[in-house]
Amino acid sequence: MTATTAASAAYIVAGLLFVLSLAGLSRHETAKTGNAYGMAGMAVALVATIGLAWRNGDPLSVGLIVVAMVLGAAIGLWRARIVEMTGMPELIALLHSFVGLAAVLVGWNGYLSVEGAPAGEAEQLGLPVGIHSAEVAIGVFIGAVTFTGSIVAFLKLSGRIRSNPLVLPGKNAFNLGALAAFAVLTVVFVVSPGLAVLSGLTVLALALGWHLVASIGGGDMPVVVSMLNSYSGWAAAASGFLLDNDLLIITGALVGSSGAYLSYIMCQAMNRSFVSVIAGGFGNEGSTASAAVEGEHTEITAEEVAQLLRDADSVVITPGYGMAVAHAQSAVADLTRTLTDKGVEVRFGIHPVAGRLPGHMNVLLAEAKVPYDVVLEMDEINDDFAKTSVVLVIGANDTVNPAAMEDPGSPIAGMPVLHVWDAEHVVVFKRSMSTGYAGVQNPLFFRDNTRMLFGDARERVEDILRAL
Amino acid sequence: MLIGVPAETRRNETRVAATPTSVGAVCALGHEVLVQSGAGEAASFPDEAYVAAGARMGSAADAWGADVVLHVNAPTGDEIGRLRPGAVLVSLLAPALSPDLVQALAARGVTALAMDAVPRISRAQSLDVLSSMANIAGYRAIVEAAHAFGRFFTGQVTAAGKVPPAKVFVAGAGVAGLAAIGAASSLGAIVRATDVRPEVAEQVRSLGGEYVGVPADEAEAASSGTGYASVTSEDFNARAAVMYAEQARDVDVVVTTALIPGRPAPRLLTEEMVASMSPGSVVVDMAAAQGGNVAGSVADEVVVTPNGVTIIGYTDLPARLPAQASQLFATNLVNLLKLLTPGKDGRLVLDMDDVVQRAMTVTRDGEVLWPPPPVAVSAAPVAAAPPPAPLPPPAKKAPAPGRRAALVGLAAAVLFLLAAFSPDQLIGNLTVFALAVVVGFYVIGHVHHALHTPLMSVTNAISGIIVVGALLQLGHVSTVVTVLAFLAVLLASINVFGGFAVTRRMLGMFRRA
Repeated sequence: MTATTAASAAYIVAGLLFVLSLAGLSRHETAKTGNAYGMAGMAVALVATIGLAWRNGDPLSVGLIVVAMVLGAAIGLWRARIVEMTGMPELIALLHSFVGLAAVLVGWNGYLSVEGAPAGEAEQLGLPVGIHSAEVAIGVFIGAVTFTGSIVAFLKLSGRIRSNPLVLPGKNAFNLGALAAFAVLTVVFVVSPGLAVLSGLTVLALALGWHLVASIGGGDMPVVVSMLNSYSGWAAAASGFLLDNDLLIITGALVGSSGAYLSYIMCQAMNRSFVSVIAGGFGNEGSTASAAVEGEHTEITAEEVAQLLRDADSVVITPGYGMAVAHAQSAVADLTRTLTDKGVEVRFGIHPVAGRLPGHMNVLLAEAKVPYDVVLEMDEINDDFAKTSVVLVIGANDTVNPAAMEDPGSPIAGMPVLHVWDAEHVVVFKRSMSTGYAGVQNPLFFRDNTRMLFGDARERVEDILRAL
Repeated sequence: MLIGVPAETRRNETRVAATPTSVGAVCALGHEVLVQSGAGEAASFPDEAYVAAGARMGSAADAWGADVVLHVNAPTGDEIGRLRPGAVLVSLLAPALSPDLVQALAARGVTALAMDAVPRISRAQSLDVLSSMANIAGYRAIVEAAHAFGRFFTGQVTAAGKVPPAKVFVAGAGVAGLAAIGAASSLGAIVRATDVRPEVAEQVRSLGGEYVGVPADEAEAASSGTGYASVTSEDFNARAAVMYAEQARDVDVVVTTALIPGRPAPRLLTEEMVASMSPGSVVVDMAAAQGGNVAGSVADEVVVTPNGVTIIGYTDLPARLPAQASQLFATNLVNLLKLLTPGKDGRLVLDMDDVVQRAMTVTRDGEVLWPPPPVAVSAAPVAAAPPPAPLPPPAKKAPAPGRRAALVGLAAAVLFLLAAFSPDQLIGNLTVFALAVVVGFYVIGHVHHALHTPLMSVTNAISGIIVVGALLQLGHVSTVVTVLAFLAVLLASINVFGGFAVTRRMLGMFRRA
C-alpha cells in the first residue's frame, strides 16, 4: 500500500458513501442516516486528500488548506444556521454558484499548470496535451454557465432583480450561437492553447449562463434551481476528468444525473418539455395569450371562515408561494393543531412546483412542526377533494387553476393541478385579484363555491385562529 | 329606507319577520326599522327588545305603510290595500300557486319579492327560507311524532325488560327529510329514508340513516336541474309503491316530505298501506298543505285511523318553534337586504341582471315578472347530457420504438468511437463516468416528494467535492495557481459545510404525527 493507492481506496469508499447518502435521502425514515453517510464520505475524501498533500511534504500548502477550509467552514456553518426556511431557495442557488466558480478556477489552474506553464515547469500528463486542453475548455464552460446562472437565480429569488423573464429578440439564436462559438473556441484552444482564447471562452460561458436563467420567469424557479443543481454536478465531473480524479467524476456524475432526473420529474409535473428547460427561456411561451376571465368573486370574512371550519369534517390546505412570502407557516400549523383538536381532519395538498424550490412547502411546514404524514402530494389527494368540506388555498394560484384542465387555449393548459374546486367550499387567501406567475386569470375565484379572503395570509390565518 | 315589520295575522302563526338581532343588522345597513307593537310576542321577542336594538314601535298601519315591508306569510287582500304604491314587499308568496295574489300585487303597483322563489344556487343559500324553514319543520315533525308515539325511540335493555328501538321511515331526503333523519337518529331510532334522487344516499348515510332505493332496472335520475325533485314515470311509481308498502308494514313512524314545486303533493302512502301499519304507529305528513302524501291526512289536523294509526297533518310545523323559525327567517331577510343594499347606505337597489334577484321578483312597478327565466343550479349537466369527455392527454412525443432503437444505437456508436480513440486514462475515466450517471439516475428514482429540497441541498453539499480538485492544485509552484486554488478551496468549503449543516437542520424539522 502506497500513499497513492491508499488515497484511491479512500476515494472509492467515499464514492460509495455518497451513493448511500443519495439513496437514504429518498425516504423520511432513512433521510438523516443518508445525510450522515454524505458527511462521512466527505470526511474520508478530505482526510485522504490532505494526507496526500501532507506526505508531499509541503507545510505551506497544508497551512493554506487549513486556513481556507476553516474560513469556508465558518462562513458555511454560519449561513446554514441563520438562514430562514423561506430563504432556502436563495441559499441553495448561491451555493450552486460557488461550485460553478470553483470549477472555473480549477479549470484555469489546469491550464496554468500545464499548457500555460513556463517551459520546463509543466506537469507531466498521462495523456496527450490536446485532450487535456479540451477537458479544460469543457470544465471552464460548464462551471461558468453554472456560476452566472446560479447568480441570476439567486438575484431573482431574493428579489434583488425583477423575476420577469428577459425576452431578447432571437434568444434561441443567441443560445445556439453561443454553443457553436463554444465548439469553435474549444477546437482553437486544443490546437493552440492560449490565455486569450480561454478568456474569451470563459466570458462567452458567463454570458450564456446569465442569459439562460434571465430568460426564465420566477414561477418556473423550482425547475431552474434543480437544473442548476444538475449543472453543478456536471461541472464537478468535468473537473474530475481534468484532474484524472475518479472521486470527482463519480460524485459529479451522481449529482448531475440525479439532479437532471429531479428536474425531469418537475417538468412532468408542469407538463413542460424537458429539452426546452435545459435550453432555457421556456417560461415565457404563450404568456401573452392569457384568456380574459370575467366574473364576480365573493368575499368572506375571517369569522365566517372560522364558522365554516368549525362545521367541517375534513379540511385540506393547499399552500403556495404566498404562504412563504407572508411567513404564514407557523400560523397555518397552529390552525392545523386547533382544528385537529376539535376533531376536524386536516391534511395538506402540495403541488410539485408549489414555491420556488422543489419541496419548498414541505420544508416550511416541517419547520412549523406540521407532521409530514398529513402532508400529501398532488396525486395522493386529488381524488379526495370531492369528499372535502373546506379547502383553504393559501397563497397558491396557478397550481389550483381549473383553466389548466378546461381551457385548451390557456397558457398553462395540460399542467396537472390540484382539483380544489371539487370540494364543498373553497376559501382563497390572496392579497388582491392579480394574476399568478403564469399571468393567467384564475376562473376558480369566480366559482360559486369559492370565497375570497383578501389580505396578508399570516394576519388572516391569525384572525381565523382568534375567531376559533 | 323605512322598513316595516307588521304582525302576522294568519291563524296559528307565531313567527315574525324580524328579531331584535336582525333589526340591529338591518339598521347597520343604513335603514330605519318600524315594528308593529306586539309583533314578536308569540315568538317571545318583547317590544322593549326591539326598541333596544334600534327599532321604532308603531301601529299596523304604520308598518304596512313603510317603504319596504318584511312579512312571513303572503298578505291578505286587506293587507295589500294597506301597502303604499311603489313600496317593496318581501314575504312568502307561492307565486306559482296563487296567480290572483300576484295580479293583486301588480295592480297595487307594489314590487314584490318572493322569499320562496330563491333559486337553489350556492350563492343564494343564505337567502333560502324554504331550506331554513324545512330544516325546522323536519326536526319538529320528529318531535311531534315522538310526542304521539307511545314508546321510546331508542332501544334499551332495562331490568324491566328489553325495549326495541323505534323504526322511522322518512320519504324524501330534501332539507326537511334530512333534518328529520338527523333528529330521529339522534333520538336513537333506526332510520331509513328514500328519495327519487339516488345521489342523496350519501347524505342520508351521513346523518345516520339507511338509504332505501327504489329497485331500478333503468337508471332514472329525477333531478330536473333546478335542485328540486320532479315528476317520475309511471313504471317507476309502481316499483316505488311496492317499496312503500313493505316499509309501511315494518316501521313505527313514517315522515313524508315529498313536494314538487307548483304541483299537488304526490300520493306515497295509500289507504291500504296505512291500514297495514301496526296500531300505535304515527305518520307525519309534511305535505298536508298541498294535498298530502298520505291517504287520510287532513291539513292542520291529527287524525286517528280505525286501526289506531295517528296521522299528523300540521302545516305550521316551523311556527311551532317560533323563536327559532323567526330567527332563521329574519336572518334570511337580512341577507337579502344586504344583497339589495350594496352601498350599505340605506338605498335599496334591485338589480335585474342578477339571477337571484330576478328570480325572486314577482311584480315590479305594476308589471308581473313571474315566472322568471330558468336558472341552472349546477354547471354539471343534467343526467340526460353525457358528461364532457375528459381532455385527451396531451400527445407525448414518444419516439416510435424503431426511432428509439436508432437513437440508442447512434449514442452507443458515438461512445464507442470516442472511447476507442482515447488514451487508456480517459477510457478509465469514461467508464467510471458512465456507470456513475446510471447509478445517480436510479438511486433517487423513488424519492419522496417532501424530500426534494433536502435531497437538493445534500447533492449540493456533495458537489462541493470539487474541493478535492482544488486541494490537489494547492501545492503548485506557481503563485497564481496557488492563489486561485486557495479561493476555490474556500468557496467549495462553504458549500460542503453549509450544505450538510443546512440539510441536517431541515431534516431535524421533519417529524411524524
